[in-house]
Amino acid sequence: MPRREARAKATGAAAYTDDIVLPRMLYGAVLGSDYAHARIRSYNTSAAEALPGVKVVLTGEKLDGKLHGKCIEDEPILATGKVRYIGEPVAAVAAIDYATAKRALQLIDIQYEELPAVFDAEAALASDAPPIHEERKRYGGRVPPLENPNLASYTAFKEGDAEAAWSQCDVIVEDTYETPAQQHMYLEPCSTLAAFDRAADQLTIWTSTQGVFIVQYAIAKWLGMPMSKVRVIAPYIGGAFGGKGGVTNQPIAAALAIAAGAPVKLTYSREDDMTMMKSRHPSRIYMRTGARRDGTLVAREARIYLNTGAYADEGPFVNAIAVGFSRGPYRIPNIKTEAWCVYTNHLKAGGMRGFGVPQANYASELQIEAIADKLGLDPIELRTRNALVTGDKFLGGQNVDHGTLINCLEAVRRASDWEARRARRPVQPGKRRGVGVSSAAHVSAMNGAGATIKLNEDGSLTVNTGAVDVGQGSDTVLSQLAAGVLGVSLDKIKYAAPDTDFSPYNHQTGGSRTTYTVGVAVERASEHARDQILEHASEMLECSVEELELRPGGLVGVKGTATRELPFVSIAKRALYATGGPIMGTANWVYEAERFDPKRTLTAGFAPNAVGVFLFAALIVEVEVDEATGKVAIVEAWAAHDVGRAINPGAVEGQIQGGLVQGFGLALIEELLWDDGRLVNPTMMDYKVPGAMDVPYEIHPIILEDPERTGPFGARGIGEIPLNLAAPAVCNAIEHAIGRKVTTIPATGERVLRAMI
Amino acid sequence: MTESVHIHLRINGEVRSLQVETKRTLLEVLRQDLLLTGTKRGCNQGVCGACSILVDGHSIRSCLSLAVAMQDRDIVTIEGLSDGARLDRVQQAFLDAGAIQCGFCMPGMIITAKALLDRNPRPSTEEIRHALGNNICRCSGYVKVIDAVHRAATT
Repeated sequence: MPRREARAKATGAAAYTDDIVLPRMLYGAVLGSDYAHARIRSYNTSAAEALPGVKVVLTGEKLDGKLHGKCIEDEPILATGKVRYIGEPVAAVAAIDYATAKRALQLIDIQYEELPAVFDAEAALASDAPPIHEERKRYGGRVPPLENPNLASYTAFKEGDAEAAWSQCDVIVEDTYETPAQQHMYLEPCSTLAAFDRAADQLTIWTSTQGVFIVQYAIAKWLGMPMSKVRVIAPYIGGAFGGKGGVTNQPIAAALAIAAGAPVKLTYSREDDMTMMKSRHPSRIYMRTGARRDGTLVAREARIYLNTGAYADEGPFVNAIAVGFSRGPYRIPNIKTEAWCVYTNHLKAGGMRGFGVPQANYASELQIEAIADKLGLDPIELRTRNALVTGDKFLGGQNVDHGTLINCLEAVRRASDWEARRARRPVQPGKRRGVGVSSAAHVSAMNGAGATIKLNEDGSLTVNTGAVDVGQGSDTVLSQLAAGVLGVSLDKIKYAAPDTDFSPYNHQTGGSRTTYTVGVAVERASEHARDQILEHASEMLECSVEELELRPGGLVGVKGTATRELPFVSIAKRALYATGGPIMGTANWVYEAERFDPKRTLTAGFAPNAVGVFLFAALIVEVEVDEATGKVAIVEAWAAHDVGRAINPGAVEGQIQGGLVQGFGLALIEELLWDDGRLVNPTMMDYKVPGAMDVPYEIHPIILEDPERTGPFGARGIGEIPLNLAAPAVCNAIEHAIGRKVTTIPATGERVLRAMI
Repeated sequence: MTESVHIHLRINGEVRSLQVETKRTLLEVLRQDLLLTGTKRGCNQGVCGACSILVDGHSIRSCLSLAVAMQDRDIVTIEGLSDGARLDRVQQAFLDAGAIQCGFCMPGMIITAKALLDRNPRPSTEEIRHALGNNICRCSGYVKVIDAVHRAATT
């Protein structure tokens, strides 16, 4: 089933935000801070303002100084009072062209008083660390205020009694794991076109985003306007992966447009995007796991430090999810995990595909491997013995309805010929081969969605949900769901572009939620439309609704007859002109999150509810390690995912292959690096993501389908889980090849060589 | 001040006359002056390949090319491969293989694949990986992209 929008994308006709041009449009540019931590002493913008062609120069001083944020209200539109990382937006310009705007930035003079900075999460928690957010205890937001000026949030979970359980363990493994600041590296840098109509007092925003409603809400709040005056439209989106969730550069673009009274396009250069937007949270995880001689897991303790950089963004949620997944997809009766989401003077970190799970799962899966080593058990066998199964409880007490990890492990074991492949030895001198496995879980769901489906006058249909297709294919999948309920071909269904003026509310694309959560709304709205269509048909064909059936091609017929049938177009016309009124199917729902069961799980700090249904996956990777350079090449990979039902199998395979390759980047090469607070690799030249030569063609997705009880046509979301699998399987394969553990990723040649020595 | 000159560019079979500053890249001129926005800017330093175009049949980076140096060359952008109604076989193969996700890299990827197939009609998987090695795709993991090129080679 080809993507609906693929033709537009293949011909260059698809308009992304930066491709849109409006009359009188100005170009924006943003000045980043040169200091990691400094007090702003003074601004002088007169030279920039005097430059011909410059229309607006904004600084924090000219804005209201209010702070905002999804979790913690800690972030200004432009730095106010202090700067907290190098690259933090401090001033913005709108000018008649981009070159003039960039020249104007060079003319802005800002005087700073440098402050001591701190870059390591644990160091930032020390009592003598420089305070980054002195006002932390007065900040608003969903996360309660804390005394420590460098602590964004804290979360702890406890089940059973880990302290007491260590004595029951025959084997205990303990280690420290570090994961890097991975950059989203969507191919399309962040871009916003904001147009302000002074006469109508209306702000219209086209932007590269994961959610139009989240942007509408944020812009209205950040700029002090009612949401009814803010309209947000999502054109085509050039990738997101979490990096375009929440707000990006929309508030700055909007503030410029309002000040200019003209449209302003603010498209970041790659370097601006990498220094000003966000990354995955770097983590340091201390973990200890114990098991009995037969491999039964007994206890685990973990301490997780997430470096959230200068602002919290989604960090507190990421922190809580990391805790929730710190047990992995296993039964471990005694567990205690604490996690600290810590401010430092780095670029902020936020949500990225996997959302805290890749970090926690990396540590967890390496510990499982270490226990298998110590007990001399097959790694798949050990995982299978401890895997969560249907009826078990996830950490927190939520039910596991489809506990299919064992099926996933068995599928990859067979497909890869695991035993024989593990036994094989090097294929050529100077190279070592290894085969490794990992398991993962993830959730799919989160928050509310609505859908409408309108029967048009000609019998075609328009589906509207407000859900943004960031490239994963949801426009096609949601259309397929409607087509499936109504029995029409896809070309009879239009998927309306997300627009806050016209679409029903939808939370953003993220949390592996669109196919599942928005899919439920589409399925129910389609059924609602179908019921109305059948009501009309029963009156027109003079029979009961029960005697009717939908027939392919948009027809309603009387069961058992070939001729007594009507096309949708006749029904649409009757409804429009004669009786009943326009046919519009509607549905809305919200995933009602279970609360954590306090009898089972003790929680402390910021612990949001369980957010969705669980799904499981497993991966086997074969690697080749060069003995001279330590460089690791991935040779082949087999990944099994239980997706419930693959609405669009090609798109599911694309999610698995693409998610794994992003994960292989995390495992082997991707890492933002700082020197004294300055990002040293803020370009695609210096920060490499995998290219076609870096990953194998032989990446085999295996789709398992145990239909989701609550999902649309049985589907679950697949967007994130592949990434959770990649790094631990790669490092377990490296260990199999070289006999040493690599506990810091990316496993660069240097790190692998060090491990070998 | 920068020098500005009058140039003629032959793009997608049409000659366009333009006044351009000598320092401007072909990518800027294509996107801003000619509104041929199918060619994308991903990195502006010749790494990602999203701005790839055909110049005399070779895939080159328009972000690294000065517009003034492109006179008398035969330039084809993604818009020049088809009229939208009937696709080039490479474009059709990318659709059929399900290779397109966010699509931002795709104009450059399709252009580079076309240049490969024009000089090597039946490339091996290794040859395809090599030819596309400098066109970054963050969505697909490349498997279906390679499938698409194989498919184009056999249609």
